[in-house]
Amino acid sequence: MYAQMVKSTGAAVKSLEEMEPQERAFQERIDAGEKIEPKDWMPEGYRKTLVRQISQHAHSEIVGQLPEGNWITRAPTLERKAILLAKVQDEAGHGLYLYCAAETLGVSRDELYEQLHSGKAKYSSIFNYPTLNWADIGAVGWLVDGAAIMNQVPLQRTSFGPYSRAMIRICKEESFHQRQGYDIMMKMAFGNEAQKRMAQDALNRFWWPALMMFGPSDKDSVHSAQSMAWKIKLNTNDELRQKFVDQTVPQAEYLGLTIPDETVKWNEERGHYDFADPDWAEFFEVIKGNGPCNKERLGARVKAWDDGAWFRDGLMAHAQKHALADAAE
Amino acid sequence: MDKALFEFLCRMGDNTLVLGHRVSEWCGHAPVLEEDIALANMSLDLIGQTQLWLGLAGEIEGKGRSADDFAYLRDAFDFRNLLLVEQPNGDFGKTLMRQFLFDGFQSVMLEQLAISKNERVREIAQKVAKEVSYHLERSSDLVVRLGDGSQESHQRMQAALEDLWPYVGEMFLDEAEDAVLADAGIAPQPSSLKTAWDELMLPLLGKACLEVPESGYFQKGGKRGTHSEHLGFILAEMQFLQRAYPGATW
Repeated sequence: MYAQMVKSTGAAVKSLEEMEPQERAFQERIDAGEKIEPKDWMPEGYRKTLVRQISQHAHSEIVGQLPEGNWITRAPTLERKAILLAKVQDEAGHGLYLYCAAETLGVSRDELYEQLHSGKAKYSSIFNYPTLNWADIGAVGWLVDGAAIMNQVPLQRTSFGPYSRAMIRICKEESFHQRQGYDIMMKMAFGNEAQKRMAQDALNRFWWPALMMFGPSDKDSVHSAQSMAWKIKLNTNDELRQKFVDQTVPQAEYLGLTIPDETVKWNEERGHYDFADPDWAEFFEVIKGNGPCNKERLGARVKAWDDGAWFRDGLMAHAQKHALADAAE
Repeated sequence: MDKALFEFLCRMGDNTLVLGHRVSEWCGHAPVLEEDIALANMSLDLIGQTQLWLGLAGEIEGKGRSADDFAYLRDAFDFRNLLLVEQPNGDFGKTLMRQFLFDGFQSVMLEQLAISKNERVREIAQKVAKEVSYHLERSSDLVVRLGDGSQESHQRMQAALEDLWPYVGEMFLDEAEDAVLADAGIAPQPSSLKTAWDELMLPLLGKACLEVPESGYFQKGGKRGTHSEHLGFILAEMQFLQRAYPGATW
């Protein structure tokens, strides 16, 4: 779940009877499970909400290169280095598809970057946490990609065609990423004492931020109803969080690792695991820019963009020069 | 013969290992998203090539050492890479220029290795040559565009060429083992590649409006294990886990 707390219109969801004919026809297409394509008519709120959501997702992929990139030069074997490089390359590729999907809604990649760099657009809170030992690379694949998949699998059925198609491709790669993360965790958890300690340390630090990835509790999630009516959000935050916990607890048990929440317990009656809420005060601080790595992450992206200005300008200058020369011939 | 071949394979593998490491340092910091993707891809190819060359080096040596053992458990004086590939990334122009100069060398070297009398060397070279021809196509395309781009991009590319030029000569420096391998038809004498490199690269530099520095003096030592100060730090980072937790499996 790389899109958190995406703002929608803020207005209450209209019933079909309250809608103008054009909007009503649009909503009926969505209700019938039809895909909306870029050139189709759409309410302005739908377009804006989608741009926010898709770009937040794209920004998360791009910023998400940084915590994993942090270990590429220290990967412990050539094979691990190659796998990690391929994974991070995939994430950048996901960013690319998603920016392209957003562009179909009439907003350029450069505009979206501007919003990211100025702090106006957000990216997932998870990437503001540091990767401190090698097992963190395992934990990111296992927990972070695992949480992302929970949201992205249903989004393959989202109402906007280009987003849905991007998500189908992305999901294939993400499930592979999750497996490689778990593979690292197995090596670490079944390795020597030091490796086990790294694995537990990684789980301790990533558990709560992973739960936060699903966004605030449903009772505090003010923008969900409209997004759900438009099928650009298909499950509530709490539903997905529960599903994630149900999937992850047995995986941690298999690894012999302890979830850092003493209240985690199978609830026979509900048919789900009970678990504690993450520290929402921390979550809102991270969203505001006060997480452990917010400044570094955003600073690194801004620096990359600014330092690269001459490169982009140089390529443009070359293209213009040669377009003029070709035209003169 | 085996000793000469082993040395040669270490040179090939260490070049790609160290350059792959340098290129991977860019991850997430490139000037455009497409370059982030391209650099990761490039680094991935180089690491893959490393596994092939150093893997074969281990077989030839016959002491049971793997490509990982060579990468993670040797000290700097046992590395045989060119000084060029360990040079710091600098700005994106310097990274590109380093890649371009090296791609040209790989390209002319692999052309000869692809007809090597040693079957294993030949097989690797034929496989790797496909990747390298793409690398050169890409790096030369960008060097030409940026050299013949804006005033600033031209200046940066010219500065990068001047910074790196003293490391070009080492590519064509013959070591004692090279004559043995050349006589056996296994690998060319590096000095014999100079003309082909000039013919390939100088027109491209001309097209990029870049002036080739006149100085004939060059830095050397990498191929014999005498490196710049940079390599020690690369290894400190790369080898950290293997050194801190000996014998662990990852």
